[in-house]
Amino acid sequence: MDIAASDIIFYVLAIVIAVSSVLTVTSRKLLHSAVYLLFTLLATAGIYFELNYHFLAAVQISVYIGGILVLLVFSIVLTSKVGEKMDTASVCKAAGTALIVIAGAILCGYVINKYLPDAKMLPAQQEMDMNTIGHSLLGTGRFEYILPFEAISVLLLACIIGGILIAKNNKKKEGEED
Amino acid sequence: MNIPMSFYIILSLIMFFCGVYGFITRKNLIAMLMSLELILNAVNINFAVFNRFLFPGQMEGMFFTIFIIGVAAAETALAIAIIINVFRSVDKIEADELKKMKY
Repeated sequence: MDIAASDIIFYVLAIVIAVSSVLTVTSRKLLHSAVYLLFTLLATAGIYFELNYHFLAAVQISVYIGGILVLLVFSIVLTSKVGEKMDTASVCKAAGTALIVIAGAILCGYVINKYLPDAKMLPAQQEMDMNTIGHSLLGTGRFEYILPFEAISVLLLACIIGGILIAKNNKKKEGEED
Repeated sequence: MNIPMSFYIILSLIMFFCGVYGFITRKNLIAMLMSLELILNAVNINFAVFNRFLFPGQMEGMFFTIFIIGVAAAETALAIAIIINVFRSVDKIEADELKKMKY
């Protein structure tokens, strides 16, 4: 039985994802769990690379790690003292939640094992280059996605306006108090 | 390239249920937001894997993942704006200490 390099890479990435996503939700220090989240997202980008979705991996790294995670770390530093430990949930609540979660995971794992078709990965039929991706992202035909693309752009505009509104409203209130 | 599909799905299953656990037990709003990111990420892995294994000639799963990432970015930015605003006015971001909707 020979083991290809890509298999070893998959197992390493899987271990990194499993361990660091458990640590993300159990670590007492908020900044530490943000760093574990960073490892989880990076390993997810590695999974995308392994599945041959290079564009998706680039989007994952630049948006999730470059955008969302930086924003999260920024707000953690703004709202809590560095090194401060969070209060944990009560033992009863944590144990009950763990029980429910493990039961759900076992149920889903059983269903996956029993009913999922045992598909092997087919070699990519054609290299998914940026040309194809761009044409089907901005086309109007069948299997082309100009409408959701524009909907996302409207959503982002609404997000910008909402952010400005929230920040501005607060400033005015602080001014009134002075 | 001989990893079966169920390995990827079980990997995202672990990630998803970690996110659910964190979302229920954490009290800090930012920690809850991080658990939400884990859940969304698990869904993204599922979309990409189903697309690659079952329909390798098409790109629907990949585009769905890209749009989910875009929506998640917008949602996180607004949520963090709200959290920082709450922190400014109440001085706490623990979910069980925020009892008033309007201060």
